[in-house]
Amino acid sequence: MSIAQTLMLAGPEVFLAAAALSLLIWGAFARRSGEVFTWAATAVLVLAAGLAVVTPTGRAFGGGLIVDAGAVFAKVVIYLASAAAIPLGQRWFARRNDDRFEFPVLVILAALGMGMMAAAGDLISLYVSLELQSLALYVLAAFRRDDARSSEAGLKYFVLGALSSGLLLYGASLMYGFAGSTHFDIIAAAARGAARPGVIFGLVFLICGLAFKISAAPFHMWTPDVYEGAPTPVVGFFAGAPKLAAMVLLARVLVEGFAGSLDQWRQVLIALALISVAVGAFAGLAQQNLKRLWAYSSIANIGYALVGLAAGGTAGVQAMLIFMVLYVIDVTGFFACLTALSREGRPMQTFADFAGLMHERPGLALAMTAFCLSAIGLPPFSGFWGKVFVFKAAIAAGLAPAAVIALVGSVVAAFYYLRLIKTMWLDPPPGATDAPAGEARTITYASALFAFPLVMAALVPLYPAARAAAAALIQP
Amino acid sequence: MLTLITFLPMLGVAAILITRQFAGDQEGQDQTARIIALATTLAVLALSVLLVVQFRISESGFQFTETYAWFAGLNYRMGVDGISVLFVLLTAFLMPLCVVASWRSVTNRVVEYMIAFLVLESLVIGVFCALDLIVFYLFFEGQLIPMFLIIGIWGGQNRVYAAFKFFLYTLLGSVLMLAAILAMIGIAHTSSIPALMAYHFPASIQTWLWLAFFASFAVKLPMWPVHTWLPDAHVEAPTAGSVILAGILLKMGGYGFLRFSLPMFPQASVLFTPLIFALSVIAIVYTSLVAFRQTDMKKLIAYSSVAHMGFVTLGIFSGNLLGEQGALFQMLSHGVISGALFLCVGVVYDRMHTREIAFYGGLVNRMPIYAAVFMLFTMGNVGLPGTSGFVGEITALTGAYGAATWAAIIGSTGVILSAVYALTLYRRITFGELVNPALAAIGDLGRREALIFAPLMLATLAIGLQPALVFHITTASAEHLVAAYRTATGR
Repeated sequence: MSIAQTLMLAGPEVFLAAAALSLLIWGAFARRSGEVFTWAATAVLVLAAGLAVVTPTGRAFGGGLIVDAGAVFAKVVIYLASAAAIPLGQRWFARRNDDRFEFPVLVILAALGMGMMAAAGDLISLYVSLELQSLALYVLAAFRRDDARSSEAGLKYFVLGALSSGLLLYGASLMYGFAGSTHFDIIAAAARGAARPGVIFGLVFLICGLAFKISAAPFHMWTPDVYEGAPTPVVGFFAGAPKLAAMVLLARVLVEGFAGSLDQWRQVLIALALISVAVGAFAGLAQQNLKRLWAYSSIANIGYALVGLAAGGTAGVQAMLIFMVLYVIDVTGFFACLTALSREGRPMQTFADFAGLMHERPGLALAMTAFCLSAIGLPPFSGFWGKVFVFKAAIAAGLAPAAVIALVGSVVAAFYYLRLIKTMWLDPPPGATDAPAGEARTITYASALFAFPLVMAALVPLYPAARAAAAALIQP
Repeated sequence: MLTLITFLPMLGVAAILITRQFAGDQEGQDQTARIIALATTLAVLALSVLLVVQFRISESGFQFTETYAWFAGLNYRMGVDGISVLFVLLTAFLMPLCVVASWRSVTNRVVEYMIAFLVLESLVIGVFCALDLIVFYLFFEGQLIPMFLIIGIWGGQNRVYAAFKFFLYTLLGSVLMLAAILAMIGIAHTSSIPALMAYHFPASIQTWLWLAFFASFAVKLPMWPVHTWLPDAHVEAPTAGSVILAGILLKMGGYGFLRFSLPMFPQASVLFTPLIFALSVIAIVYTSLVAFRQTDMKKLIAYSSVAHMGFVTLGIFSGNLLGEQGALFQMLSHGVISGALFLCVGVVYDRMHTREIAFYGGLVNRMPIYAAVFMLFTMGNVGLPGTSGFVGEITALTGAYGAATWAAIIGSTGVILSAVYALTLYRRITFGELVNPALAAIGDLGRREALIFAPLMLATLAIGLQPALVFHITTASAEHLVAAYRTATGR
């Protein structure tokens, strides 16, 4: 394969890397990041999404980078979710006189890493891409350096993240040692034969490392603290897209590579999924802070997605992809709403802050109600469709008990979402809110419209796209 | 036609939202919303009447069917048969009455209230028309949202608790049903209800599926012992909310048994029939006794609803024509009568703002017309011949007698017990001396209230004296259901 072809396949990545570096230079010389800078960074990500669609499929760098329908699907969603994060975050920081040009650059670098994760074909590119996105996210979490909470969040995220990277590396080294290669397909071939305990052992470590990244229980400990401390728009960003990237990676490694060891990894995933659902549902009940609440909500949601992945096969992976896309849109919208709202300059974060929002900001309150109902999984909101496909796949794969437990968990979780709805609709407002931020409002409304009723129409193209992506992901 | 009836209320919602921009002050907005809501519900009623008139009563299959492909093999499929068509009419019939009943008694957030009711009407009609499992579930589950808001925003003192209880109870039942629905689609590779009715699930799976559906419908109906959300929800809901809850939402449970449990899982239904019968007679006897001890009028009627639903489940699971017909009739009749009784409570509640039975007494002296109206519906609740309540109970019990004599005998004590609590309630409220000085100035029914009760009285008497009006429409489908059930179970 010629260099030109290789670069063609890696087109979106090359473009993003070049753009990130150019923006870095631009920002460094311009000193101040203006509107133009923000929109240029957003445009870069949107362009990269477009580029990802038109890139030919194939394998580059000796199989280290796989460009198939699955990777493209994930990349488009990741780049677009990242694009939404840039104006949200930059304006939010600007209102706090804290906007710096590094923010868009870091988001682009994180997006680059996530896109590569979805396309990783061997252990080396897996680790490099994972670290690229993680390092960018650690910095983003600590982005408000004058704020103790934000610094604490960044530090916590970094220390625990490093631990998980260690686990992952250890697993990778075991796999390499026993299989003799870093390529997924060769490792898979080695695992397919006689039972190789070493490979399976390594696989478990790999799953644990990734479970940390997607904050599946019992590797979720960092999530509530980091979500609470990190700047709100940053949380909206890293609660969504990075998890999709990690899930796609898991699907590629497990369902494609280790299809033969299905029984071994399935029980691990089921355990992770059910613990996540239970932790997310029960621990969420006691939360007062919405960012913490949504941390537990995201833990529970990852649990549902893992149920889909555990089902395996095209149907399971497809269900997981649909679920994650709908979830990313939901999370983006919800956090956009949080960034939009403030009371006397103070961000609104606790239940008490949201009392009577329906009287003051009916539009935003309706949008948040839509996100809550979607998170409950109530039809016809988007979360319902995600759950339908996930549990349908799980039941078809003979995982009916797990599906029923997860569904019952969703009823427990329904309580705290309902509580938020009740607070917004029924409680008397304590005082006036500030005028909501325009860009955040736009994104909130767009996401809410997607959650309901656009999702009914959006599923018509999304469903076959996810199917093609799933088929590509599990076909070596 | 069915799509139009189902989504017409949504058009009303859109009209309310649009005119709101031009209606000026709050008062104007409220009034416009009321008028649009009334006009929409009346239009739906007119269309539903047209639907029933055009309905071909000799056919047992689904009519007015519409099918559009959606995605992932799902279809948007609608249709009605003799079992569901009358529920559409019942819904369309009660909704305008609810709007009129809320005309003056709801003054807070009128626009949102009317929107919630219209959305609810749309979803409820959708439940009865849906012929695809997923579409059915969309409508079935979707109505939790407006109902949660109706109870939570416009309810009484303890409304938040009641709204949460209602929501979580129903949701728990529903997610189990969702799991069963997904399993059925996985096994049969179709979500079309008519196709699934013809599909024979293996007996071992039927048991699980039946139990999952039972979880949902038993909560919705409600059956003893999962009925405890109902009294709370009823007491706290605004009057019109109670009417919808008792009149229509409860019927979805019975409708679900008739549409899903019996035809799709016949072996499991036979297996669990003794359980259903036991729960039904416990419901009839126990909740009747509980009703007797209530001090709150709405709570009493709520418990009486649970008891009356016991007759419905007795009839449905008797598996013979009389039983099915009686259950259907009982559901329709109870929809009218219990709705009317809640409206009766609403009349005095609007005037005195209390539902304590002890507060009242001697109302006949001040409100003779009200006393007469209340009397008619009390008699209907008791099951006096001539009212619709009688026909439903006697038919359902006769059907149950054919299936399980013991259940019918214990169940028929419910008729006596209902006389005990209903007549006691009536006596304590209307008869005797007017002791409470606060009641001295209470006025009789106004013109608007009379307008609400007239059609309800007419309906109670009409189908009570001429049950054939209902039976004509239901017979073909009920016969078909029973025949299929018999064949499948070999009885």
